[in-house]
Amino acid sequence: MQVGIVGYGAYVPKYRIKAEEIAVVWGEDAEKIKSGLCVREKSVPSIDEDTATIAVTCARNALEQAKIDPADIGAIYVGSESHPYAVKTTSSMVAEAIEATPVLTAADYQFACKAGTAAMQTVMGMVASKMIKYGVAIGADTSQGKPGDALEYTASAGGAAYIIGAENVLAIIRDTYSYTTDTPDFWRREGAEFPSHGSRFTAEPAYFRHVLAAAKGILEKNKMQPKDFKYAVFHQPNGKFPLNAAKKLGFTNEQVSTGLLTPMIGNTYSGATPLGLAAVLDEACAGDKILAVSYGSGAGSDAFIIEVTKENEKRRNKKTVKSYINKKEYLTYSIYSKFKGKIKGVSLEK
Amino acid sequence: MWEDRVRPRLFTYTGGTKMKGLASYWRLIPQRYNLIGTECNHCKQKFFPPRKICPTCRRHGEIKSYKFKGVGEIYSYTVIHAAPDGFEFQKPYALGLIRLVEGPLVTAQIVDCKPDEVEVGKKVEMVFRKIFAGGKEGTIRYGYKFKLVD
Ligand SMILES: [Zn+2]
Repeated sequence: MQVGIVGYGAYVPKYRIKAEEIAVVWGEDAEKIKSGLCVREKSVPSIDEDTATIAVTCARNALEQAKIDPADIGAIYVGSESHPYAVKTTSSMVAEAIEATPVLTAADYQFACKAGTAAMQTVMGMVASKMIKYGVAIGADTSQGKPGDALEYTASAGGAAYIIGAENVLAIIRDTYSYTTDTPDFWRREGAEFPSHGSRFTAEPAYFRHVLAAAKGILEKNKMQPKDFKYAVFHQPNGKFPLNAAKKLGFTNEQVSTGLLTPMIGNTYSGATPLGLAAVLDEACAGDKILAVSYGSGAGSDAFIIEVTKENEKRRNKKTVKSYINKKEYLTYSIYSKFKGKIKGVSLEK
Repeated sequence: MWEDRVRPRLFTYTGGTKMKGLASYWRLIPQRYNLIGTECNHCKQKFFPPRKICPTCRRHGEIKSYKFKGVGEIYSYTVIHAAPDGFEFQKPYALGLIRLVEGPLVTAQIVDCKPDEVEVGKKVEMVFRKIFAGGKEGTIRYGYKFKLVD
């Protein structure tokens, strides 16, 4: 049974902070950071935005394109490392906000930056087994970097939603393949405000090992090569890792550039691969093949082979990733600190 | 003064208590999340907040639920500089009276812009935002706000 994307929706908050603005606070060389991380600026959620508001906006945008009856949605899964509640689901809020309630199943996922693609796999399986007609998978985050830490230059906000079904698909998901191990490269304990990471340990044994293994695995399994693809999207914790991964696998910068958003908006965590894929779908035409590979610390990668159909051009998504990226307003570090609730003694929630 | 009048319709104000207003918040979720009001089948007039009886047709009218499109224009607005508790870190912000395309006037915060970008007559669309959180341990309440259409 053919399973694919019936509609997708993206969202990136309007506010940005430049690397220079952060670097000056910590006495660091902005140029060195920008060239080292390949990140010029990152998105910042407004004071009244969180993972739930982003997830709802993405889901509504996806529904606008899919034009399906929300009552036909049988499952909603939201992947994030910044769910607003420790207990109480983001997915039930999304279900209510798109009027998919009450006859459906829903749950929240977490797997660092790959929770959104894990959600996609779940609904793919449910659609393929005819358990549901449509399922919604969302990756969304408003991630936090410890002030002064390298992550502060990249941890950003955004998301994308995918409505998966079997009819009228604008892209067929040909296959998926995952690679998972127990790797402590990045973590946050319950109640801890900021995540910790294993610094240099995050590259070779973590990101590259999993991304490369998942990509190679799915290519071998499908007897395909990099040249068979028009586009490739790799998880993008910074602007450099995905380009290195592409090079190691034999993909060109041209194949990767459309879906590489981190230099302009930072790392949207669970939103990153789904948003990169959305940026590609905004431009892709019938017959184009896409390789998408996520990465989540802890650690694992989910790879997908996607083939675009004629439907995509017929029903082009009007709320493009580009339109969200281009609409921006810069914040100073002090206003950014307030928005993110980083000012000591001030509780935004009272 | 007018801010005080508007406040109860914007959100259920909970002050320091965490649980107060939980049931009424829950009951109003369809209105707050999706602008669900009512329509009179007889004269086609639409109501938000929802009415149970059409004031024109009375018992000849038949009321059914109606989902507003969430688009309209700014009918009037005010800029809040002395914000109520829970909103003080958002000041200054614009609070608008939005004329929905279907007719009713709705009071809502106008976000993602500076107050001086707000003008009477400008087109707006509904967004889903955090309205209020009952402290670090209370519930987070969400609902409609509006933003300017580019
Ligand atoms: Zn009437």
